[in-house]
Amino acid sequence: MTMATRSARPRHVLRSILRRPSSAVAVGFVVVLVFFAIAGPLVYPHDPEAQDLGNRFADVSLTHLLGTDEFGRDVASRIIQASRIAVVAPLISVGVALLIGLPLGLWAGVRRGVVDSVAGRLADTILSLPALVGALAIVAVLGPGLVNAMLAIGIIFSPGLFRVVRGATMAVAEETFVDSAVAIGSSTRRTLWVHILPNIAAPLLVQVTILMGVALLVEASLSFIGLGVQPPDASWGSMLKAAYTNQFHSPFSVVPPGIAMVLTVLAFNTIGDSIRDAVGLRRRT
Amino acid sequence: MTAGPAQRSDATEPLLSVEGLTIDLPGGSRQPGLVEDVTFEVRKGQAVALIGESGCGKSLTSMAILGLLPAAVRVSAGAIRFDGVDLLTCDRRQLRRIRGGPVGMVFQEPMSSLNPTMTVGDQIAEVRRLHLGERRSVALKQAGRLLSRVGIPNAERRLRSYPHEMSGGMQQRVMIAAAIACDPKLLIADEPTTALDVTIQAEILELLRDLRRDLDLAVLLVTHDLGVVADFCDDVVVMYAGHVAERTPVDRLFYDPRHPYSGALLAAVPQAGRARSSLTVIPGRVPSAGQFPEGCRFEPRCVHSVEDFCRRPQADAVIDDERHTRCGRVASGDLILKGAVRG
Repeated sequence: MTMATRSARPRHVLRSILRRPSSAVAVGFVVVLVFFAIAGPLVYPHDPEAQDLGNRFADVSLTHLLGTDEFGRDVASRIIQASRIAVVAPLISVGVALLIGLPLGLWAGVRRGVVDSVAGRLADTILSLPALVGALAIVAVLGPGLVNAMLAIGIIFSPGLFRVVRGATMAVAEETFVDSAVAIGSSTRRTLWVHILPNIAAPLLVQVTILMGVALLVEASLSFIGLGVQPPDASWGSMLKAAYTNQFHSPFSVVPPGIAMVLTVLAFNTIGDSIRDAVGLRRRT
Repeated sequence: MTAGPAQRSDATEPLLSVEGLTIDLPGGSRQPGLVEDVTFEVRKGQAVALIGESGCGKSLTSMAILGLLPAAVRVSAGAIRFDGVDLLTCDRRQLRRIRGGPVGMVFQEPMSSLNPTMTVGDQIAEVRRLHLGERRSVALKQAGRLLSRVGIPNAERRLRSYPHEMSGGMQQRVMIAAAIACDPKLLIADEPTTALDVTIQAEILELLRDLRRDLDLAVLLVTHDLGVVADFCDDVVVMYAGHVAERTPVDRLFYDPRHPYSGALLAAVPQAGRARSSLTVIPGRVPSAGQFPEGCRFEPRCVHSVEDFCRRPQADAVIDDERHTRCGRVASGDLILKGAVRG
């Protein structure tokens, strides 16, 4: 009867997210991150790819706010350059996951029957692989590189999203207003997009924000083992790898990419959690 | 008041005719139909009641007209013709044009029949945008007109309300506004007042009556309330356990029922002015689907049952051109039932 989605009006949700300090900070952090990603070249203190081999592993100083790496490149500039990937990578992979999982989930949720069982078994199969191993296998076929890695992560994420969408759709499709949409002459496709989708937006949005954080971590992991971003582009994962290799020369250099990553994932998760609270969904154990 | 059964004899083509409609659960090989051999018609401007207990198939029948049956059941026989179009065989696009266009539908529970994420204005406007191709701004203006037509004050402002900001009676008015948005010829109302307070029920019925008069609207009213039927309808189709027990003009149902089930129903209506009399009940309970008896489906509960005759399947019998019964004993004149006392 009265659905949890009843209070899920966009303005109301946004307001209640911003009112809570932790999620307001998280939103602020993501805004800054996106700003860095877009404005990158305008705000670099140095060229992130300019090497200065005479000045390797420089300490933190006013010229190099976070020091330099093993080629003498400015770490602060590279962190900022990598923020672009930290934004783009989750967007691509969650986008791919949505592209696959959303229509299939809606379709299976409404049609059920054969469509549902086939898509469901396929989802089970993909879900049975650990995310990183699955991504490794896909990258092994497609070849390394950021886009391929993100595609792989998107494919790995799609069954989870499919599950969420399918379940929510099944619940909403039982509601009388779906019948009454059909009864005013709305086509199946229109009913799905206009009447069902907005009513499953709440759980979907929660899932999407949390997947963004996970996507960033998986991207960093792939870059860490050299299958994601290729040099000379910087990613927090590949920076962490380089810092790890040189940890005896410069123990500090694992800190900047590590902290950037932790904060970003934390921000995504905090936003996801507060959307969940704002729309009145509770995680059930 | 209601438009009486006077002008029925001019034999125009009925607006809606349902013939031999049978609805089955698929797979069940020997399942008797959930709805079996249901026949009735609605003429232009006429109000017909589909009445019966819960589970008698009246809602299924009304859902079948617009092809809204749940996936688990299907129509296995019969024809539904609306304005010359066979709704069971026409293609999907044609069906979509009829839904919400010449046929509007109102559901039982207004609180769950409206999309909680859309403003009521957009939901009414959607009908006009789908059927008449109006732009949103034009359609919204029309929606405002429709809202005030169904008696919602401050209609212009209410357009921007969400369903949860309205009361049940208001929501049902919104549903009705959406159903009549494209000037339909037929309104199917599936227990439109059941979920509402008694005072609101009366208001909604009054609204429907006004609309009938102003728009020359035919109404198929699904209900289990004999009072509503007496008040509102011209013809009545009494359903029992998936069969049409009796089909008759409404006043003749009350004074001269022609099926033992109708008679028993009338006897069970509490009467004013008879204090301390015990309620009359129909013994036994409605058989559940799948356990319908072979013969007359009312036979196990019927006080007039004659064993060897009533255990055989009964056919729909014509009494005169406006009355049908499924009781063979009544049809043959063997059994004469007592109606309510005139006066």
